[in-house]
Amino acid sequence: MTAILDVRNLTRTHGQGEQAVHALRGVDLSVVPGELVAVMGPSGSGKSTLLTCAGGLDRPTRGEVIVDGNDLATLGPAGVAALRRRRIGYVFQDFNLIPALTAAENVALPLELDGTRTRTARKYAEAALQEVGIGELADRFPDDMSGGQRQRVAIARAIVGERRLLLADEPTGALDSETGEAVLQLLRDRCDQHGIAGVLVTHEARHAAWADRVVYLRDGVLVGQAGPLAEPDELLQGSH
Amino acid sequence: MSIKHGLLALLREEPKYGYQLRGEFEAATGATWPLNIGQVYTTLTRLERDGLVRAASTEADGRSTYEITEAGRDELTNWFQTPVTRESRPRDELAIKLALALAVPGVDVSAVVQRQRAATMQSLQELTRLKRGDREGEISWRLVLESMIFAAEAEIRWLDHCESILLRHRGRPATTAQPEPAEDTTGANR
Repeated sequence: MTAILDVRNLTRTHGQGEQAVHALRGVDLSVVPGELVAVMGPSGSGKSTLLTCAGGLDRPTRGEVIVDGNDLATLGPAGVAALRRRRIGYVFQDFNLIPALTAAENVALPLELDGTRTRTARKYAEAALQEVGIGELADRFPDDMSGGQRQRVAIARAIVGERRLLLADEPTGALDSETGEAVLQLLRDRCDQHGIAGVLVTHEARHAAWADRVVYLRDGVLVGQAGPLAEPDELLQGSH
Repeated sequence: MSIKHGLLALLREEPKYGYQLRGEFEAATGATWPLNIGQVYTTLTRLERDGLVRAASTEADGRSTYEITEAGRDELTNWFQTPVTRESRPRDELAIKLALALAVPGVDVSAVVQRQRAATMQSLQELTRLKRGDREGEISWRLVLESMIFAAEAEIRWLDHCESILLRHRGRPATTAQPEPAEDTTGANR
């Protein structure tokens, strides 16, 4: 299966000479459609840098990032921005919703920025909100919602349209344990049912365990992996 | 476990007397596992029978030192390299394994921690998959599953904690004989 995210020998160095900080050193990571990969590691191990490089928000010092067949280094800033709007969804710990916009407007925003007409974008946004279970809150403002509801809006925004890669940085960090689980269930379902590739950065082992694979970063290097689990129902799935 | 593996670990460097082994075992594992001298000698007899140690010298008073054999070294290496499974674990084997990995020179403790963490994470993934597949199931089974999930999670958090302590102490002499004026935390990275 062709990987949706293919990171090869990714190196990211901040600064130069003796002050240089090596955030990532030669990291390789592939994520195929339907796969959810969790990234764990202590603070400063490079987890978030890996995510921002994978999402085109940061540029590697060396190495390649290929998203859905596009080598980000060859795209140029406008091309990367377009790919981010169309193919890559981001979920952050603090939701990053715009308070002056309703839930539906927040979700529709990336589509509108990409040239989709307001009415069409609104339709997609409503469908996405429906999918994450809060269709009735479309006209609510973020400030009038609970943390769990806000994170659902953020996820709807990350999956609206035809996203292929979902990047989540501590998406459950601001939520209580049960709401956090519901958010993971949502991410998991997106991968299972829509063939999206997901990367989840978390420091909670219980949340990382929702992933097919868990990789460990330490000092910018991948030092180990847990999973993938054997598939007991692989044969059944192959029959249809 | 396995007093057996504990004794093999302590014999890794040099031959020792039974009473020495008892003292060093308790020094390495703290109060988690008090040993009596009888247990030490029965274990040594069994290890000798299995070819993992042999008597090295006998003093006039009949006391022997024991040394580890090649087979014993292989057994020990294997123990340190094999993660403890959650199903079959007698209490505290993991804590004792880490304590001994620290106490004897030449063991890559970080590697022992990482292997264990990956193994425990895999069982946590398996438990989580069971939970996912059973969203409408019996609440009682769900609670049992959650208990196993939280236990596995706690172990992983403890391993993370061990790792950060190890990082902080990296570069210090293994035997901290010199008294230090105060515990310094400047090396802490989180």
